[in-house]
Amino acid sequence: MADPTQATLAELMIVAASEAWRDNGEVLASGITTIPRLGASLAKLTHSPELLMTDSESYLVAEPVPLGPRGDYRPRYEGYMPFERVFECVWGGKRHAMIGPTQIDRWGQTNLSAVGDYARPKSAVLGVRGLPGNSINHINSLFVPNHGPRVFVAGEVDMVSGVGYNPKRWGEGMKQDYVDMRLIVTDLCVLDFEGSQHAIRVRSLHPGVNFEQVQAATGFPLLRAESLGQTPLPTAEQLAIIARLDPHNLRGAVLKNNPPALRPA
Amino acid sequence: MALNKQKTAAEVVAQLRSGMTLGIGGWGPRRKPMSLVREILRSDLKDLTVVSYGGPDVGMLCAAGKVRKLVFAFATLDAIPLEPYYRKARESGALEVMEFDEGMFEWGLRAAAMRMSFLPTRVGLATDVLAKNPQLKTIASPYADGEVYVAMPALKLDAALIHVNEADRLGNTLLRGADTFFDHLYARAAESCYVSTEVLHERLELDAETAKQNAFERYLVTAVVHAPCGAHPTYMGPHYGWDMEHLKRYNASATEEGGWQKYLEEFVAPGEEQYLTRIGGAERVGKLKLPVF
Repeated sequence: MADPTQATLAELMIVAASEAWRDNGEVLASGITTIPRLGASLAKLTHSPELLMTDSESYLVAEPVPLGPRGDYRPRYEGYMPFERVFECVWGGKRHAMIGPTQIDRWGQTNLSAVGDYARPKSAVLGVRGLPGNSINHINSLFVPNHGPRVFVAGEVDMVSGVGYNPKRWGEGMKQDYVDMRLIVTDLCVLDFEGSQHAIRVRSLHPGVNFEQVQAATGFPLLRAESLGQTPLPTAEQLAIIARLDPHNLRGAVLKNNPPALRPA
Repeated sequence: MALNKQKTAAEVVAQLRSGMTLGIGGWGPRRKPMSLVREILRSDLKDLTVVSYGGPDVGMLCAAGKVRKLVFAFATLDAIPLEPYYRKARESGALEVMEFDEGMFEWGLRAAAMRMSFLPTRVGLATDVLAKNPQLKTIASPYADGEVYVAMPALKLDAALIHVNEADRLGNTLLRGADTFFDHLYARAAESCYVSTEVLHERLELDAETAKQNAFERYLVTAVVHAPCGAHPTYMGPHYGWDMEHLKRYNASATEEGGWQKYLEEFVAPGEEQYLTRIGGAERVGKLKLPVF
């Protein structure tokens, strides 16, 4: 069995991400890109088998499909979920997605469209994609592989793509009830929205990281959760499942230099 | 009834006019009508409004200066996340954009398909999709709830371009990929719908299971172009996967001096027959592995 003290930071983040889907009930778990997807997959294979998942193309699968070339592995299809049905699922609220936006602000608003002036952006990214719809309809969590002030910006994000809890954005008659931001898993810590009026709190710190470091890497003031502790290391069992789900070690390429979970002092 | 809707790509593009609003089917680098797009690149069409779940179709039309306005939710090559020529155009400030959520975009096509002026949705509220598109309006429910929605305007298309797996000369079509995306709505939202096809039959004669792969009716189809490998370099399941080697080359051209011009001269200008030869022929394309997601 793998030794938990040898786990990588990416593996610790996968385990932290998987917690986002605990006790969600029967919803579509959409983890977009390697670490969120492995997090959702781990959740389904451990604490939350009731989750629905797709093969990341168009079919629902009874067990999460491993990442990358699959060799002899055959997906266990249990249903059909092309994009048109994903949208229907989104509008009905039966989903929890975790994505990695370019910018996040103190209200949980996200940007995946353009950095800088909208008319002539410094950096054109992907476009708003499904963020406006996801964020106003179902549970969402976020993933940040490079926690810093360029991601966690001081003011509002440059182009609000995903909604958050900024009261100025919500006019009379607009239904905010379905907005449900849960966790932000970064390479330094896990954040949540459980402060007063959904203020962002540090929920747990990754091993070797302190609160001041996280605050210094964030463009807005953070709260400290009363129960603030350390993000748990993966267990040997979790590491074995992760290795099976990611046989080509794509998780090893997400973070620069693939650092260990336990940082050398 | 037209018994034979078959046309050449050049005949189809001759039906288009500068300034038109063109919808392009597919999704990102998946099942894009690229042979028709290349024919547009060879034409003198300009000032187009392009409505697309964007991939290299959007990038190439931007690179060639054909796009006045882009109506979109994203532009991507998937495995290469950022579409290089979309970025260039966008960052130059020269590209007018109407940016929507993916689902709002569907709603816009659906409104046009149903001949409605708009459809209500919660999506887009409290975001800059509204702020950056001041022409978008909200509407209050006339019922007791009074909820305020975005009135997503119809995305009416002058023409739609769609690439399908199989078709016949009457305009019957089959979409055989794992996901058929929103091509049926493009067909319904457009004044004219031009289909290119991998396989062209005189008449489709289908069993009931296969007939389910018919995503929209032939009365929507204006013309059919026989275009084997016509989605290349995008993913055309189950016939062939995307051509990552080609997409990488295309992507790299965006950072080379005169790169687009070189790409255009090497692959596009000589015509589709030469295109097919230069990408290694139908045999190579047929062997491109389907992507694993």
